[in-house]
Amino acid sequence: MYKIIEVKQSVFEDNNKDANKLREECKDKGVFLLNVMSSPGAGKTTTLSRTLERLKDTMRIGIMEADIDSDVDAKTISEYGIRTIQLHTGGMCHLDADMTRQGLHEMGMEDLDLAVLENVGNLVCPAEFDTGSTKNIAILSVPEGDDKPLKYPLMFQVCDVVLINKVDVLPYFDFDVEKCKENILYRNPNAKIFEVCAKTGEGIDDWCKWLENEVKAWKE
Amino acid sequence: MHELGIVVHISKTLEELAQENNITDIRRVTLQIGKVSGIVPEYLVDCWKYYKKKVPLIENSTLEYEWIEAITICDECEKTYDTIQYGRECPYCKSEHTVLFQGNECLIKEIEAE
Repeated sequence: MYKIIEVKQSVFEDNNKDANKLREECKDKGVFLLNVMSSPGAGKTTTLSRTLERLKDTMRIGIMEADIDSDVDAKTISEYGIRTIQLHTGGMCHLDADMTRQGLHEMGMEDLDLAVLENVGNLVCPAEFDTGSTKNIAILSVPEGDDKPLKYPLMFQVCDVVLINKVDVLPYFDFDVEKCKENILYRNPNAKIFEVCAKTGEGIDDWCKWLENEVKAWKE
Repeated sequence: MHELGIVVHISKTLEELAQENNITDIRRVTLQIGKVSGIVPEYLVDCWKYYKKKVPLIENSTLEYEWIEAITICDECEKTYDTIQYGRECPYCKSEHTVLFQGNECLIKEIEAE
């Protein structure tokens, strides 16, 4: 006898539960989990490299590189002498909370202050899945255009911080920084926005100071 | 493949639900999908056909869906309008200060099961 069961549940609900559980575990262990998202080529790995140079002597850091394939990013990061693991998503365009937890456990999180998840380069899917991170950041690079917060609103809504990267090439692009900030803040009034250039190091100090303060606050 | 990830999560939710309700065989799963959720239902159905073979609970099931209309509210004039037709700009007062009211959802509405 077949029966109809009313479910009325979001398909993301089980992931949200996993994510909240992981956030609690991180809080208990004093680990700040930073989820870094952007489109491919916006400068996630280069920005992380600059951030590591600033912070690696003052806190214990581990990096998880998530990609559909290859380990080029993990190789780049491991050159800084930082604990790194490469996660392969097996064709999926994002990481969910359960995959993130597995990655963290495999990497070892007990003795870390800061764990960074470099998510798959994509402005759509990673925003849908809460990874259990303490904070989310999005990196938007100047060549991508100032209209991206309008086209991919969810990504900019779920982010605590937006780094506008590659500001050294602003003179060559029709990128209106003020308009871009307005677009971000209208969707997400609490977003912190930093203008940076990972290549030259411009603005990286302010971003790192913010991150350092947040990590300290999380551990209290 | 965003849709494959969603299928995996639906399957996990259903497995929990099956345990709670003593269900062993699901024949139909009906979703409600918002028109601006960014989900492509045809892909979702294709992913379902692929993934259900791995999970005994849903291997005999079909995936069906209903649409949820996308409606936007204007912050300036407080009127609502069809998001698909007019996009971000309010057709009444031309304001860009608008917020999506519904149409972003992906819900499991009901299942038919034994």
